[in-house]
Amino acid sequence: MVKLTKRIGGLVLRLAAFGAALAALIVMVTSRERASFFAVSLEAKYTDMAAFKYFVIANAVVSVYSFLVLFLPKESLLWKFVVVLDLVMTMLLTSSLSAALAVAQVGKKGNANAGWLPICGQVPKFCDQITGALIAGFVALVLYVLLLLYSLHSVVDPFLLQKS
Amino acid sequence: MAKLALAATSGKSCKILLGLRLLAFSATLSAAIVMGLNKETETFVVGKVGNTPIKATFTAKFDHTPAFVFFVVANAMVSFHNLLMIALQIFGGKMEFTGFRLLSVAILDMLNVTLISAAANAAAFMAEVGKNGNKHARWDKICDRFATYCDHGAGALIAAFAGVILMLIISAASISRLVQPNKFCSTTASPSVVP
Repeated sequence: MVKLTKRIGGLVLRLAAFGAALAALIVMVTSRERASFFAVSLEAKYTDMAAFKYFVIANAVVSVYSFLVLFLPKESLLWKFVVVLDLVMTMLLTSSLSAALAVAQVGKKGNANAGWLPICGQVPKFCDQITGALIAGFVALVLYVLLLLYSLHSVVDPFLLQKS
Repeated sequence: MAKLALAATSGKSCKILLGLRLLAFSATLSAAIVMGLNKETETFVVGKVGNTPIKATFTAKFDHTPAFVFFVVANAMVSFHNLLMIALQIFGGKMEFTGFRLLSVAILDMLNVTLISAAANAAAFMAEVGKNGNKHARWDKICDRFATYCDHGAGALIAAFAGVILMLIISAASISRLVQPNKFCSTTASPSVVP
């Protein structure tokens, strides 16, 4: 009975992480705004910044991986491999989130020392959607850290509770 | 409850792990130091009044960019973690909490892997914007004027990425060590307890 509850808990966590990564992906891809000032029209898309492209790719990889692991049968030998892959996916998530955050922070506040002006004043809706995508990415990251600890607990027996 | 046999090993894999930790410690420490001391001052001509040019002095420092500040702090933290683990491996032979020491080393290694990968990537993308600029946001590149600053930053980034790969290998080794629960890594032998 305890094993069943643990297994259902793991499935729920992974489903939630899949949903969060997918949401981050979709919100960032659909963010697009056109603004015009001084007879110059500029369009802000997520492909303008390399960091946002990396964020989209990383979240796509994590979503596909989570979806596939949802269907892994219980007695499969691949569960030990899942621990390593969970660590790699967590690394992907943190790196893409922090890169997108670093670039978005410059977009919002600018960088006075380098002469870079903030762009959020001209395209506020784009900035809001990017913020939403980053929040969803952060939720996916937290869920993945929990999943990593959970996989570690269920595959290896870290407190050595079972008598060997 | 039957006591588990605790046997300290100082086998070959432990020496390899120690060497990897030393390498990771030096890589992350050098990345933190090189980026922390990164500073360049240049004087440019910004205009002319009549016939005399006006010069202004500009400085490029690492703490102008929050991503680089995070980079320095995170690399310092990861190198401190590696130092702690090295000290634990060399001097901590007598600790016998069943499994807790192995678990805490594995979990701390995993957390530090994610930390250093986040810091290295954030700094890498900020450096890419500084090197190439961004046409869409009208951000000029700065590497053509502050060449030494960019070079030092690139060196620190390479060291940090080497640290990322090393920390990933170390973390994988720590997790695999959890699967065989009777192998602590320590250089002082402790008596094994027979059930």
